[in-house]
This record gives sequence, structure tokens and C-alpha cells, in this order.
Amino acid sequence: MEDRIILAHGSGGKLSHDLIKDLLLRELGNPCLNLLDDAATLTLNGRLAFTTDSYVVSPLFFPGGDIGKLAVCGTVNDLSMVGAIPKYVSLSLIIEEGFLLKELKKIISSIHTTAQKAGVEVVTGDTKVVNRGSADKLFINTAGIGIIPDGVELSGSNAKIGDKIILSGPLGDHGIAILCQREGLKFKTSLESDCAPLNTLVADMLEASKEIHVLRDPTRGGLASTLNEFAESSKVGIKIAEDKIPVRDAVRAACELLGFDPLYVANEGKLVAVVCSQAAEKVLSKMQKNEQATQAAIIGEIVADHPGKVVMKTQFGSSRIISMLAGELLPRIC
Amino acid sequence: MIKFLDEYRDPELAQRLVEKIRNRAIRSLRLMEFCGGHTVAIMKYGLRRLLFPPVELLSGPGCPVCVTANVDIDKAIALAQKPEIILTTFGDMLKVPGSYSSLQKTRAEGGDIRIVYSAQDALEIAQGNPDKKVVFLGIGFETTAPTIAASILEAKSREIKNYYVLSLHKLCPPVIKALLDSGETRLDGIILPGHVSAIIGSYPYEFIPCDYGIGGVVAGFEPLDLLLAVEMLIAQIENQKPTIEIAYRRGVKTEGNKRAREIMEMVFDITEANWRGLGRVQASGLTLKREYQDFDAEASFVLEAAPAKEPEGCVCGEILRGIKTPLNCKLFGKQCTPEQPVGPCMVSSEGSCAAYYLYGGSNNGR
Repeated sequence: MEDRIILAHGSGGKLSHDLIKDLLLRELGNPCLNLLDDAATLTLNGRLAFTTDSYVVSPLFFPGGDIGKLAVCGTVNDLSMVGAIPKYVSLSLIIEEGFLLKELKKIISSIHTTAQKAGVEVVTGDTKVVNRGSADKLFINTAGIGIIPDGVELSGSNAKIGDKIILSGPLGDHGIAILCQREGLKFKTSLESDCAPLNTLVADMLEASKEIHVLRDPTRGGLASTLNEFAESSKVGIKIAEDKIPVRDAVRAACELLGFDPLYVANEGKLVAVVCSQAAEKVLSKMQKNEQATQAAIIGEIVADHPGKVVMKTQFGSSRIISMLAGELLPRIC
Repeated sequence: MIKFLDEYRDPELAQRLVEKIRNRAIRSLRLMEFCGGHTVAIMKYGLRRLLFPPVELLSGPGCPVCVTANVDIDKAIALAQKPEIILTTFGDMLKVPGSYSSLQKTRAEGGDIRIVYSAQDALEIAQGNPDKKVVFLGIGFETTAPTIAASILEAKSREIKNYYVLSLHKLCPPVIKALLDSGETRLDGIILPGHVSAIIGSYPYEFIPCDYGIGGVVAGFEPLDLLLAVEMLIAQIENQKPTIEIAYRRGVKTEGNKRAREIMEMVFDITEANWRGLGRVQASGLTLKREYQDFDAEASFVLEAAPAKEPEGCVCGEILRGIKTPLNCKLFGKQCTPEQPVGPCMVSSEGSCAAYYLYGGSNNGR
């Protein structure tokens, strides 16, 4: 019999303590977490950014990542998108009774590796176990705190006419990698999720120039929805060129077969930046030197025409409006 | 290396074809693209705008989700409400509003409705849930019908006794005939469906030039495929020689796919079908043959549904007949959007209204 999580692991009693000590502290331990107090006490100076996100991805393990890596990257990236340097995260696990202990170990170990890579510490957490059927294997919530350096002012409503739009790399890897793992779609591909922490990339970009007006990671809803959010919040028009947008052949092929548009497929390790046109080339070349953004490209610009709308010049030569994603393309991708 | 995508989207070749079409069209012409997949490609690449005038492209009743009548959606909902049933369906059907509810709402109310990508997946669900009755919602044209027929044959040979199909399949040539018979819209030619024709070939369309004096060209789904089909139709009109041709040789053989048709004929009988917008059309649907009745959801379950009704103000029916475009609908882009669809043409990824909305914005989809 393989070891499994049972309800008692979440009871607060002996088994809970063993789980926390033998698994969570062993992997994630640090002076703050090791105290096991009810709350982490932290000293931070400056403007703070604070965010939270829940992760319900199915399947839990996918090429290029797993729910643990995703849970750290997602929160680190949300902090990074307002220019904050991520510092501390919380980790809350909701586990379904019967979940394999060895799978939980793998996920916690992945959280550890990713947190180390991103330079954040898990300083507080919680573990709950629910009856079989009340959750699907494992759900994770993380929250995070970061410090915003002086002079950094990023917001979706900051896009200015004339600004350039930079995309950090090829679209759709995460969404398609997940899709190919789903039951019923036995699609063979070597494609991996792009799931990665983006904080070092953002630090590099801000080092190149503080003239970055907007940053966002195009996760659910893809690039199309992110650009529509910019156009709406900043009350500007957006013009992009299809032939400038990097998309891997494998993603394009899968999208063609399944009737998806890569512009709407989720990413977990990409960002879109709206940058003052004078600074754009400098920011771009700095990005291309970071391993997360070697294929970064300027894909368009902010215009005065058609405020609130995103228009794409297609490879075919015509123009079309890119709307916000309607409905769900694919449930539970993150 | 030929990748089979970019080659068929070459902007220079397209421009040359567009100019050729514009120069050759001696008068204004009305062509119908029957297939929903064509409508999407036409909108996505802006072909409607590139060709008009002189060529006007009208959308036809070739989106399987859109032509499914409310009474049939109501039946699917009634099935999904039964506790012993798992209803399996292609994802597009989930949001389509029936007379009183939708499958999406029914699922939220506790109905066990699962999205599958093929009838084969539904069959596997049936095998994995022997204490449940698994119904597959069989929609689509001649393209999907053979795969669903194959799932029934397999269920029989594997003795899976809890698998059923609600057959709402439609046939393409009979509805083209019904449309032409109605005389509601003047057409100068028809762009014939690519995937349907891969199964049935081009012979079943011969009645179009013979009886109605207009031509038809089977087209693929890339912009150059469609422009080539338009150009071939214009050549036919110029030479006054209406005929049936194929502009999609890489996908369609004149004789179609014989094996697929045999499987379809083994399982299904041709029957009258109910079409949204067109009503009952003789010999335009498929029902399970008597020997496969055990797999027929309609024969196996008692379905009580209130009389079907259509949403007020929705002109999906007229759009499907090519009499109106989504821009002629008062609800389009206002009360009716992909998030809050009133009619099926706004729901389906192949629906005219969804294509106009997504690729044309709400006001410039000409």
C-alpha cells in the first residue's frame, strides 16, 4: 500500500504535526516558518505590494511544471508585474483525502526549488484535508508580499500614445502543454509549459529603464485579453502586427487542429510591457539577454485611433479587431 | 519545407487572386458559403470586405450547432436532468440556449454533463460508469456522423449496453436543395463544404447545376482556398457553364470516403429532420436503424418537454437562410454577445454571429 493523505493529516493533531515537520519544514524551513507561530512577523521598509491567487490546475503534473511550481511563479509574477521585488509568500494546501503522499512530496519539493530560484521565502502556511470528492486531489493558495523600488510606477492605466508594446517570448506554451495532457486528447508533443518566475527579468528591465508604463503577464485569456485590458484602462487604441508575434510551430499546429487562437491561449512565464518609445530598444535588448526572454519582440504600439480597441494587422494583409476572450477557452489551466 | 499553413495564407498570391476576381466579375454576384468553418475563415481574414463589391458572400446553414432546433436542445436538457444519465457532448453545445434553459445551466443545477472531443470518449465513459446511462449528443453533418456510427458499432461488439446516442445529425445536400427551393434568396453560386465533401465526395451536389442552373465549388479553409473557389465560380459564371468542381484536392476526392459512408449507412437510416430557421426538411437527417435501436436515446427514454419556443427578436433562422446578416439583427452586439448569447449563432465557434462579433467588432463586419 502506498502512503496516502488521510483526514487526520488535517486534524491539527499528531499526524498534522508530523506532516508539517517531516515534509513542509524539511523542504521549506526558514527561521520565520520554523517558529510555527500563528502568523509570520516581518519587518519591511518601503511601498509594499500584496497579492493572492489560488491554483486548481488539472493535471497536477504537466510537462515543464506542476501545481507547486505554478503556485509560486503565479504569485511571484503578480508581484513582479507591479514592479515589486517579491520577498515572502504564504502557502495554503487543500488536499483531498487519499492523495498520494509521494505526489505531495514531489510538489512541496518543486515549491522549494521554485521559491529558491525566485528568491522568496515561504513564511506562513496552512494545511487542510477534505473528504474524498470535496476537492480534486490538491488545491493551493499562495499570497505574496514584495517591495516596490522608488520611482517605479506601473499600472494598466499608464499606457501612453506612442508607447511600444514588447512581448517577452512565444505565446501559448502553457495552455497547449496542459491541453495535450488532458484526458481524451492524447496529443503527442515535446512542448513544455513556460511556467517560470519573471522577477529577474523585470529587475533587468527596470534596470535598463524606469520608463516602463505597464507590465502584465498574459495568463488566462492570453495576450488578446491583456491588451484589451490595457486599451480599456488606459483609454487608448492598440495596434499589433501578427508577423511580429512569436508563436512556436508546435503551438500553432495544435491551435489549428483544435480551433484555438494562440492570442487567447494562457501563458505562465511571459510578460507584456508597454514602454516609452525612446526606451523600447534599450529595454528589448536587455530582455533578450535574460534566459526568460531571448525571443522578446516589439509587437505593436499604443495609438490614438480606435480608443478601447485592439486591432491586428494580419499576416494575410487585412486588419481585424482582437476582442477580449469570451467565455472559457479551457477550464482549470492554472 | 511545406508546412501547409503559411502557403495558403500568402498575402501576395491572395492580392493577385482578389484583383483577378474583381476584374472578372462582370456584375454583382451573390455567393453562399454553406459551411460555418468557411464563415469563420472569411471573417478572420477579412475576405468579405476584400471582395465586396462586386462579390457578396452570404453565410449558409452549415454550422451544426446553429441549425439544431430548440425542440432538440430541450430534449438534450431533459435527458441531462435525469439522475441516471451522464450526458456527453461537444463543448459548443453547452451554452446554446434552449427554450427555457441551457445545458450549462442544467449542469450547474446538478446534471452530469461532460464535454468530450469524440464519441469514442463518450463510449469510454460508458464503460467506466456501468451503473449510469451515458448519452452522447450526436450533432453534426456527414463529417461527424461516421465517427458516431463507428462508436455504436464498437459499443455493440464490446457489448457496452449503457451507451446511447441522441441522433440529431443533419445532411448537407438535402438542405441546400431546400434552401434553393424556397427561392428566398437569389444565389449565383455556392461555396461547398470541405469536410463534409471529404466524406460524400462531389457527386451528391450534381443536382445543383442540373436543377437550379448555378455552380458549386468545394473549398478548403484557408484564405487562398476560399479565394480560389470564388475565382472558379466566377469563371463558371463567365463561361455560362455551371458545374461542380473541387478547389480542395488535398482534402477531397471526387468519390469521397467510401468506407466512412458504408459505416454511416450501416448504422443510420435517412429521415426527416428539424432545422432551426428552415423547419422540417424531408430526408435531411439521420436516425438509428432498427437493429441499433437499443443505442437510440430517443427510443430508450421517455422525454417530456414543454413546447419549444424561440427567443424574441432573434433572427438566427433568417441568418441561417442567408436572408439576413448578423448586422441586420437588433440584438447583435447588444443583448446578444458571446458571453450572453440569445441565439445559437452567437454561441458556436462556427456561428455567423460569433464570427462577425469576434472578427469584425460589433459594427464593421460587412
